[in-house]
Amino acid sequence: MNTLIAITVGVLAAASIYSLLRCSMMKLIVGIVLLGHAVNLLIFSAGGLRDSTPPIIAENQEVLRPPHADPLPQALVLTAIVISFGLIAFCITLVQRTYDIVGDDDINALARSDS
Amino acid sequence: MEIFWIILGILLGALSATTVHRVSAMYSGRLLACIPATGFMWLLTRVPDIHDHPLQGSISWFPQLGADLSFHVDALGLLMALLITGIGAIILAYSGDYLKGDSQQGRFFVFLMVFMASMLGVVTADNLILLFVFWELTSVSSYLLIGYYHESAESRWKALQALLVTGLGGAAMMGGLILLNRASGTWTISEMLNSGLSIAEHAYYPAIVTLFIIGAFTKSAQFPFHFWLPNAMAAPTPVSAYLHSATMVKAGVFLLLRFTPVLGGTSAWMITLTGFGSITMLIGAVNGLRQTDLKKILAYTTLSVLGMLVLLIGLGTPTAIASAMLLLTGHALYKATLFLTSGIIDHETGTRDLQRLRGLRRAMPITAAIAGLAALSKAGLPPFFGFIGKESIYSIGFAPGAMVAILPMIMLANMIMFALALSTGFHPFHGAVTSDTPKSPHEAGPAMYLGPLILSVLGLVFGLLPGITVESLIGSAVTSILSTETDIHLSVWHGFNVPLLLSIATIAGGVVLYRMRVCFWSKADESDRRRLSFDRIYTFIFNGFVAVAKCQTRILQSGYLRNYFIIILSVTGAMIAFNLIALGGLPRTFNIRDAKILDWAACIIIMASLYPAIFGRSRMTVLIALGAVGFGVTMIFILHGAPDLAITQIVVETLTVVLFMLAIYRLPNFRSHSTRNMRFFDSVFSGIAGLLVTLCVLKAQHVKLAPSVSNQYSEWSYSLAHGKNIVNVILVDFRALDTMGEISVLAISSIGIMTLVLTRTRKRRMEKQE
Amino acid sequence: MTSLILRATARSLLPVLLLFSWIILYRGHNLPGGGFIGGLTAAAGFIIVGLSEDIEQAKRILRISPLSLMAVGLLTAALSGVIGVMTGAPFMTGIWLNTFEMPVVGTIHLGTPMLFDVGVYLAVCGFSLNTLFTLSETED
Repeated sequence: MNTLIAITVGVLAAASIYSLLRCSMMKLIVGIVLLGHAVNLLIFSAGGLRDSTPPIIAENQEVLRPPHADPLPQALVLTAIVISFGLIAFCITLVQRTYDIVGDDDINALARSDS
Repeated sequence: MEIFWIILGILLGALSATTVHRVSAMYSGRLLACIPATGFMWLLTRVPDIHDHPLQGSISWFPQLGADLSFHVDALGLLMALLITGIGAIILAYSGDYLKGDSQQGRFFVFLMVFMASMLGVVTADNLILLFVFWELTSVSSYLLIGYYHESAESRWKALQALLVTGLGGAAMMGGLILLNRASGTWTISEMLNSGLSIAEHAYYPAIVTLFIIGAFTKSAQFPFHFWLPNAMAAPTPVSAYLHSATMVKAGVFLLLRFTPVLGGTSAWMITLTGFGSITMLIGAVNGLRQTDLKKILAYTTLSVLGMLVLLIGLGTPTAIASAMLLLTGHALYKATLFLTSGIIDHETGTRDLQRLRGLRRAMPITAAIAGLAALSKAGLPPFFGFIGKESIYSIGFAPGAMVAILPMIMLANMIMFALALSTGFHPFHGAVTSDTPKSPHEAGPAMYLGPLILSVLGLVFGLLPGITVESLIGSAVTSILSTETDIHLSVWHGFNVPLLLSIATIAGGVVLYRMRVCFWSKADESDRRRLSFDRIYTFIFNGFVAVAKCQTRILQSGYLRNYFIIILSVTGAMIAFNLIALGGLPRTFNIRDAKILDWAACIIIMASLYPAIFGRSRMTVLIALGAVGFGVTMIFILHGAPDLAITQIVVETLTVVLFMLAIYRLPNFRSHSTRNMRFFDSVFSGIAGLLVTLCVLKAQHVKLAPSVSNQYSEWSYSLAHGKNIVNVILVDFRALDTMGEISVLAISSIGIMTLVLTRTRKRRMEKQE
Repeated sequence: MTSLILRATARSLLPVLLLFSWIILYRGHNLPGGGFIGGLTAAAGFIIVGLSEDIEQAKRILRISPLSLMAVGLLTAALSGVIGVMTGAPFMTGIWLNTFEMPVVGTIHLGTPMLFDVGVYLAVCGFSLNTLFTLSETED
């Protein structure tokens, strides 16, 4: 199982990096979205996925009884998901605005447009 | 603690300086001078019992770092503080008139008072870190002062030079201070001095001494860092007077004096200080002879005196230290005076060139008298204070070897000093009256000559009555420097003895040199150009740095995002690969069999959607593919016990789609801008990156660098935080501060989006209106 | 995008979604849910109204600007930390009231971490709405 997830994360990362290296601004947004997924999954699975019971203490119990999934990476990923949403929103706006000003969706046009 | 209030008062004065100047441009200098003058008066009352009751106080600042706002003023610190506040007050009052009408006079007062406060801090700080802070502050504020005429490129260049040289020294000093703390175990200077410990045996000693000496030498303009000091003459004259008499350049000397008990006493210390001190002394004196600019001459004699001070500190005997203190005090008085009178000359005649200045005594009798008094003290004639200092130097019991080597050098330097003293204090005022000056000379106002008058008269009074004026303070200063009881008896007349004979010889030699002064002048300019000077080495190094910076910027900062990504990812990837190998090689366990059918489904959905996501041409296709990826990720979350994540992911996915829908018609379509080769390279590159990530994830599952806190959280979740959903408890309780930060980030990003969009909308509206 | 069915559903969906988001928020401490999810759900409710009719309508229903919603959220979260300080404990220490019974809902246990979660809820909701409303404004 873990190997499968690891491969998925790797493929996601490769795809996102490939997108980031493209010269089109739109691909940049795609790359960032995919990178967000890749990193979230990476953190989620980094500790090893063992059990699939949610880390929630059962009714009429006081401590968490194993087996349970690791709560810590989940907490990290939860905020990361929302933050990456904020990041994507910002990126979309930025690309929109840049496209407005530069009038070209080629990122390299930026290097030529300033100075 | 009072010293803290004085520093704070001066800083507050600096804050209010521009306002004060705006309210009363006429009297602002004199008004602001009241602050350091008050401090001076108060410090003066402490003189009698400073030996038994040093001033001290401390305010906690960063106790964890050992940094406190602690001050300790003993006799040495008090003497320096008196010079700084006293001369500071005079300079403030003087520059009120000197820079009258200058549009930036308000700023000038700010810089000057900040400098004054930081200098005061250097001589009174009791904490190594605090000392360093003030030390750097003096560098920065002196940069602003030297570069005061910032419209002139030359002035800026010279100010930058001073900043870079003293800044370099500051960096060395920081290293020295930190090592000193490691070696002595304390950040407190007085504690270090009182414990009587010497770190000469410590392994760090050579490093500490080297770093300290670099720091002190750059600040005190010792060879080979001496070149910045004459260049710093680009500053307005009152600044030069202040920087070169009482403050900036004395900071290095002060530091050497202060740490003499801890660092001194070794042969390395002695040889370095005497060696570099004498070189500086001679360079300063000889170069001074060749100058015709009044300020340049004074700058070079300052160099010479600084060299002599360092030399004396290097000798380190009680008499040598006492002579150093006498020289330091005397120099502060006469050098400030001479700078100020040369400022008056410059101000009233429009030139500082000795060849054009003659016979000013008729037009400026008071200035002539003041300069004459100061020059006599500088020349070391009895009964002036300078004479006592010189006598004291000659009475040092030189070792036979040193007698031969050092004494002639000191005598030569003193002879030249004598000649230069007359050049600056007599030459402009005597001789036939010429009308060669740009402005017709006349006497300056009282605010300008009152200050130098006080200083020059003090030089005479201290010389005539040393016993009741300065003897006790200098005596206790020497005591506090050496941490051993020393008795100093000062008087003008010691009877016929060797020092007196040496003095007479010096005066004779000096008179001869003064007579010959014109012979040295003519060659100044041409030889300056040919000489391999340190100034030019500095320029060479400076230009080298700039060239290297430009070159590496051209290579690394190409301006192409793609290149940045490749550089960043390659470096990161290399580090990850290194760590993978360092932590025991590649992972070996692969277990793909235990994956359930739903896992396969989720992973296949993700991977299958990636192709349209990155290669799709239609925006809708890409959007749907990205949605599918998100859905796959959500599935993994559900399957592995993370309902919270799954819900969040689904909602975010929905909102992202809405976001794209809102923006999509304003976004460009997908187009390919890359060549075939680039695409091939990128596929390989991202393939390797992906492989590394996979290996990294697999490895991470088997590496435990630290015990996980998860179990602790699970245990405490209900008992301490009364919550059963541990993920949520972590978010809102255990790590609530992090969450707080995260929602702040969200808010900031949202405001950023608003700004980006609204500026555009507003621009559109304006265009429409047009 | 203004089909009648969607519009009718959206209007009735909004209160349901809001109520749902509050339930998610409240039960988040013991069961899946919490401020992040609740806030996003609430935002989704308004967005549905915005998409089915128009954004102006959604803004009108919301009454206050999403920016102030965000600010109130941040303040609430910070305030919940300050309450701990006032009792002498470090910033962000959780302070809990005694449990009490309420008809229908059952046992209630209130504490500052829940107040913090309310802050997160408001901030996240305000953030999402502010972003989406702003982006929609460019369609002029």
